[in-house]
Amino acid sequence: MKRTMKRTMKKTHVSTVINGDEIDFLCDPSQTLLDVLRDELQMTGTKEGCGTGDCGACSVTVDGVLVCSCLVLGVEAEGAEIQTVEGMAGPDGDLHPLQRKFVEHVALQCGICTPGLLIAARSLLANNPDPSEQEVRFGLAGNLCRCTGYHNIIKAVLDAAAEMRSA
Amino acid sequence: MATGPSPWVTSFDYEEKDLKVIGKNPADRSDALEKVTGRARFAADYNLPGQLVGCVLRSPHAHARVLSIDTSAAESLPGVKAVVTRDDFPDLQSEVAAAGELMVNYRDVTRNIMAREKVFYDGHAVAAVAATDRRTAKQALKLIRVDYDVLPHVIDVVEAMQPDAPLLHENQFTAGITPKPDRPSNIATQMTSKLGDVVTGFKQADLVIEREFNTKPIHQGYIEPHACVANYTSGGGGSAEVWASTQGHFVFQAQIAKVLQMDISKVRVNPAELGGGFGGKNTVYLEPLAVLLSKKSGAPVKMKMDRNEVLRATGPTSGTNTKVKIGVTKDGKITAAQAELNYQSGAFPGSALALATMTVFTRYDLKNVLVVGHDVTCNRPKVAAYRAPGAPMIAFAVESVMDELAEGLGMDPIDLRLLNAASEGTKTHMGGTLDRIGYVETLEAAKAHEHLKTPLGPNQGRGIATGYWFTLGNETSGTLNISTDGTAAFIYGTVDVAGGSRTVFAQMIAEELGIALDKVRVIQSDTSSLGFNFTTAGSRGTAAGGTVAVKTCRDAIVRMCEIAARIWDVDVEQVSWKDGHAVPAGANVGEFEPLSVADLAKQASWYGGTIAGHAELNVAGGGPGFGAHLVDVEVDRETGAVKVLRYSIIQDAGKAVFPDYVKAQFHGGAVQGIGMALNEEYIYNDKGIMENAGFLDYRIPVASDVPFIDTTIVEVPSPNHPYGVRGIGEVPIIPPLAAISNAIYDAVGVRMRDHPMSPPKVLKALSGT
Repeated sequence: MKRTMKRTMKKTHVSTVINGDEIDFLCDPSQTLLDVLRDELQMTGTKEGCGTGDCGACSVTVDGVLVCSCLVLGVEAEGAEIQTVEGMAGPDGDLHPLQRKFVEHVALQCGICTPGLLIAARSLLANNPDPSEQEVRFGLAGNLCRCTGYHNIIKAVLDAAAEMRSA
Repeated sequence: MATGPSPWVTSFDYEEKDLKVIGKNPADRSDALEKVTGRARFAADYNLPGQLVGCVLRSPHAHARVLSIDTSAAESLPGVKAVVTRDDFPDLQSEVAAAGELMVNYRDVTRNIMAREKVFYDGHAVAAVAATDRRTAKQALKLIRVDYDVLPHVIDVVEAMQPDAPLLHENQFTAGITPKPDRPSNIATQMTSKLGDVVTGFKQADLVIEREFNTKPIHQGYIEPHACVANYTSGGGGSAEVWASTQGHFVFQAQIAKVLQMDISKVRVNPAELGGGFGGKNTVYLEPLAVLLSKKSGAPVKMKMDRNEVLRATGPTSGTNTKVKIGVTKDGKITAAQAELNYQSGAFPGSALALATMTVFTRYDLKNVLVVGHDVTCNRPKVAAYRAPGAPMIAFAVESVMDELAEGLGMDPIDLRLLNAASEGTKTHMGGTLDRIGYVETLEAAKAHEHLKTPLGPNQGRGIATGYWFTLGNETSGTLNISTDGTAAFIYGTVDVAGGSRTVFAQMIAEELGIALDKVRVIQSDTSSLGFNFTTAGSRGTAAGGTVAVKTCRDAIVRMCEIAARIWDVDVEQVSWKDGHAVPAGANVGEFEPLSVADLAKQASWYGGTIAGHAELNVAGGGPGFGAHLVDVEVDRETGAVKVLRYSIIQDAGKAVFPDYVKAQFHGGAVQGIGMALNEEYIYNDKGIMENAGFLDYRIPVASDVPFIDTTIVEVPSPNHPYGVRGIGEVPIIPPLAAISNAIYDAVGVRMRDHPMSPPKVLKALSGT
């Protein structure tokens, strides 16, 4: 059969490690890491709130660095180690202390910002295991939540930090 | 012919009893685990095999006639499977329907989702495309040629009311004025509400204060953009299935059917986990477009907005202009109160004016009231409900004037409110009288609050304001199924808009049936599994939804008593229900061991049959809620920035079923109010284009903007709810504007009457220019 369609764009093969698993994907050069996670890999735990890096709902870590996955291209993830909310609980399903404390403190309502906040909070505590209230507030200022007024989120993060320090 | 109230209009009297589950914080919340692990499925998380991606072309003009739309180049782009424009939708005539707290007119709904004769705002949809992927769909949008005749536009509400203002609707003559005006106007409706005679009332006053206030439009700001997946099947005369981000799937079902001229029963809407709505997800935007694109393409279609689209084309609240005049005697008794409310409705009529009018002075016991309101069309998105729609803006005005009156009288502002407080039996200016309410108790708790004892430093000030909101009832249906092992599944038809409904329904069911909380599963319905449910709006989730949960239990208990009667071989009248068990109604019935739900469920098949409970109610008698907010602020005299130092909320919840969650609702409402007060506003350029359509420039509060929020739950049970529940979600957004404004005055001596109280405005006020 004779080809009539001209292909305009080729996808790139990218190899990554996501939440400890080796995962390869194909993406076109305009796709963000967020698009790849959600649309190509069906990992929909990471959320899109703005697409412009202003809300933090799509927070993930790439090689340990906290990023908005809407501001990273899929092709940039070649060789990278990525962590998302799907990898936060232990392999046996045990919740991460932050996840547990978010539930206990009613630190979520609608839940759309929660995955991003959990990832950002874990990153914050990795850098500063004993933050003050103000440090938590400023550390999470890049993650918008419209439901909670942040009160219970801050309580949950401080409580989780205390528990993690004593563990 | 039947007269009087409908047999379905139902409320249950409050009964005081010992509670085992209600009022205690449950250890687990059924939706929370899925949300912290990323497994909860929001609308954009749904995908169907073979789905296409749909995108919308939006108007770059604030006001223009649409002369022609040429989609031919887009249609011939490889990968494009369908294009829809105004030509694909029927022209609907004027027909008003309820949609949450606001009314909609189908004539306008169809024009709002897809522009017809004109585009009325920057961002108004003019075409939609379905393609194999987003990149192709976006590319196709660029190939659509729209020929516009750009018209003069008007954004500001006061400008829109002028006789020579650019006119949006040539056939719109102000309703509510007799005789009918002979010229069309942007003023869609004038509403008047009165009690007594204000002229006489003001003559009796020793002090009268009249002030004018302006507020900018703001957005609901839910973090989840609108999204849906739709699948149209031509079989059986055409049917559609939709997964949507909605606060009211049954209302969406009806709206989709109406604008696409389908049978309502052939549209099935599945509400996804809702990523915030606050009133902004009460009406359709994308859903009919997705269904139509699916019909034309023969494939499922997924659509989602980006943040720019959300801000430009959905939601916001009205920008408002209000005038308030209140007169008091030297003893502090209000003699008359008058207000003018000018509310933007956006592109089409139908702002929250009617609701705002109900709340203006409702919390005070007044003899002479006059409220006049105008619903005004202008070149902005059609406004949507936003948490206590319309109330924060008019509370800003009324509660600021109350503060000035207290100062003028040399009276404590809480005492002034207590002296004039509404209570049971108070007649309102909207007609009707108030039932048992907790405003006085709320004010007394505020007066006793530790917050008031905290010392203030230089440039720091304290403010107080109060708010009132009603609790909607409306059509609500549910089904309770008791399985043979005695566990319960409750299917509800409201939407769990903030993640609390599932838990509080389970608590009420566990309480009614006397079973453990973890033996109750609560499941969201789609539109085919229950009778009609009105939108989850007006703080009705726990109140109305909970009434239905209780009714289904009591229905199931009747059946369980019948089963017990058969097991014991006695008459059903000889069985009663006590503490989660069927028991003999009296000593003469015989000696029988009480039967639990599990005992009965196990034997049900042999002694009757399936145990279930149903309710299709039109819930009545929602108990209104009242709140008082105390706030301390510090004003930076060099930058004009206002910092919230301390914030306390005191609110009557009737009965807090899940107290920590009630407090969480208070926190969230107040911080939305703080954002509204200090930061948020729509900014337009001289062409009527929104200049801050993103979260960077439309700045909602972040964690570092706010302090911890102190909360006090007052409990004055609503007499018309089985557990005394009052709606609590909306009240906490009402007082912050005024409370903060009053605090700024206390701090630096300037009265802020133009919203938002952002640094440039505060600085300007401080410099006296």
